[in-house]
Amino acid sequence: MLARTADNLFWLARSMERADYIARTIEATLRLEYLPKTEGEKTGEWEGALNAAGAYDSYIAEHGELDEEGAVEYLTFDRTNPSSICNCLENARTAGRAVRTALTAETWTAINDAWLELKRFEASHRFSRPMDRVALTRFLDYVKKASLDFDGSCYRTMLRNDAYWFNRLGVFIERADNTARLLDVKYHLLLPSTESVGGSLDYFQWVAVLRAVSAATAYHWVYRDRVKPWLIADLLILKRAMPRSLISCYETIDRSLDSLARDDGRSGIAQRQARAMHAKLERASMTQIFQGGLHEFITAFIEDNARLSSTISEQYLFT
Amino acid sequence: MAGVQAFDEMGRTGERTRALYGKVAHWLKETPPELLASRRAQAEYMFRRIGITFGVYGDKDAAERLIPFDIVPRLISRAEWRKLEAGLTQRVRALNLFLTDVYGDRKILKESIIPAELILRNPFYRPEMIGRRAPHDIWVHIAGIDIVRVDDEEFYVLEDNARTPSGVSYMLENREVTMRLLPDLFARHKVAPVDDYPDELLACLRSVAPRHDRGEATIVILTPGLYNSAYYEHSFLADKLGVELVEGRDLFVEDDQVFMRTTLGPRRVDVIYRRVDDEFLDPMVFNPESVLGVPGLIGAYLAGNVTIANAIGTGVADDKAIYSYVPDLIRFYLSEEPLLKNVPTTRCREPDGLKYVLERLDELVVKEVNGSGGYGMLVGPHASAAQREQFAAKIKADPANYIAQPTLALSTCPSSFEAGVAPRHVDLRPFILSGADAVRIVPGGLTRVALKEGSLVVNSSQGGGTKDTWVVDDFEDEA
Repeated sequence: MLARTADNLFWLARSMERADYIARTIEATLRLEYLPKTEGEKTGEWEGALNAAGAYDSYIAEHGELDEEGAVEYLTFDRTNPSSICNCLENARTAGRAVRTALTAETWTAINDAWLELKRFEASHRFSRPMDRVALTRFLDYVKKASLDFDGSCYRTMLRNDAYWFNRLGVFIERADNTARLLDVKYHLLLPSTESVGGSLDYFQWVAVLRAVSAATAYHWVYRDRVKPWLIADLLILKRAMPRSLISCYETIDRSLDSLARDDGRSGIAQRQARAMHAKLERASMTQIFQGGLHEFITAFIEDNARLSSTISEQYLFT
Repeated sequence: MAGVQAFDEMGRTGERTRALYGKVAHWLKETPPELLASRRAQAEYMFRRIGITFGVYGDKDAAERLIPFDIVPRLISRAEWRKLEAGLTQRVRALNLFLTDVYGDRKILKESIIPAELILRNPFYRPEMIGRRAPHDIWVHIAGIDIVRVDDEEFYVLEDNARTPSGVSYMLENREVTMRLLPDLFARHKVAPVDDYPDELLACLRSVAPRHDRGEATIVILTPGLYNSAYYEHSFLADKLGVELVEGRDLFVEDDQVFMRTTLGPRRVDVIYRRVDDEFLDPMVFNPESVLGVPGLIGAYLAGNVTIANAIGTGVADDKAIYSYVPDLIRFYLSEEPLLKNVPTTRCREPDGLKYVLERLDELVVKEVNGSGGYGMLVGPHASAAQREQFAAKIKADPANYIAQPTLALSTCPSSFEAGVAPRHVDLRPFILSGADAVRIVPGGLTRVALKEGSLVVNSSQGGGTKDTWVVDDFEDEA
């Protein structure tokens, strides 16, 4: 396979996954905004959302003032934000067009349909801004569905060959990064010492974290308990059954790289790095993670994950 | 010839319907307008959804425009097609021999069949190829020869496209869409299939691989990239052929061998079906600014290690001044009479010709010898006095750059619009594949239609559309 094709497949998958994550982050943040708050309880929800999307610094540099309208616009339609949903979907389609021959008809149609719908949303958004919340919800639902259609068509229709493995790597490296960033923004809420009685604002923040990774229902199935912060951390880091947990992402990354190595008949640094990270997560326990510091653990993870991404690029000649 | 009623391939209202079109005429009469409208809407939806788009230069908003598709098929009888096929085969054989000669012995110049400066001063003549032969002596592997008709007897060749002709993806997609939208009408005709084109193209490209005992040849399609107007077609063909679609940056040359960068390291390339023009192919030889090409590619080509299709330097056979000599080329190289006629062409480079053209600008179509895509031409009868005057000045400044032809009353075919069914002018571009082993032509080609009422310009960059083209058998029996 052409190295450029592999690169595009990888980033195509990352862009679609990121669009989904940003849509979920906005949704969860909106729910927090709905909560009745007293004057002293200003929670900086949009600051958190922008941080979770890695867009806080650039937003402040560009706009200064932070409010819901500004943050939503920046995360959705703003073309100056490289990770806005619009840009994610646009980049996905550009990458998709460049590698159409490596995509199945179904996958291409999913990408192209999403893009055509985006053009309609953008056109109507031009005339009615800011978006009211009904329209915004409709938009976010569409983004989530677009990502679902893309992922589903890849899963159902692609040959299990290198194209598919690069697609999987893109999805899961992006997903691991997203989950880790979300944990990083909210880590102070998840520390054992902050346990408090249900019904507090914190409680709803924890639920919002779960919603952002579509895990609110899953939590109850796994723990059969009311929402406790350290269990959320456990769910999102170490629970194999949870498809957005760090360990679950690394299971897939490890396997995809192995499949590539098996098909190619050669294994390299990327395979070794992924295997080491997977093994580290398998050995880890929450007690040990909290002892070493949750924040430190997550920061190190984000760095390792980014390093693996560049190793893959180097090994397969993307760059 | 303005004002002359054009030949309608179905038969005008009030005239007898041609037997060939019996079932189509019946279908157009019987189908309620709402149903035709819904078919048109479905067709547009299908094209947009698959992403069959076409870029138009200089129009930023329309960066991805659909080429309008007209749902009414254009019919050609098997007998008509046989005549065409024989004529097209003859023509590309002569063009290939001509190119071998031009870059080789130059017999044609020595015997003064055509003026030497037409070749030697031609901007598409490549001195780098002097004394070189193309692998297997095939230069024009893929030709698109534009055909028009003015009555039910003759086909005329309007243009030879011997560089990187496009449109074949529309031929194939139009058929897919028509089969889905008009299954009943389709089933009532015996339509020759076209979907073997990718296999034929692959066989053609395989046959011209350099002679190396390297097992199965590695073939790639070279595209200028995403922003090229025909990018859709490039990716479509790569997909159908099952070969890599590469850009210049995906290839590199080492020891006069071409490699592509893959996830498994370099892989040797044997045949490049390029959709990049000569002058951008290799910055070391041609345009040094080009980032679309591959440094060293021409060296590898001249060393005989890679086949480039179409070959380098075929532009001289694509030129409209040379076009006017093609019947002579056929006689010279094949000792045969041309089976297909040329449109009578006046060369402005000849003083008598220039005088003739300037006196009749309001009747003639004037074209730049190297123009394409409908750019740089004047349709005299449709131009204003001011436009004609401007054009006259351009011709006088550089007569050799222009040829003129009578304004042909191109034949018309029925097209479906919101306001009803109406005749529109059409042409036909069949695609002729020349391999080392055979000449292959898929029956039919791309019918282009000038959708604007009265317009004679069918180019998609100038508001033209396309139709599916059916080569049909045995129409008399059931008509």
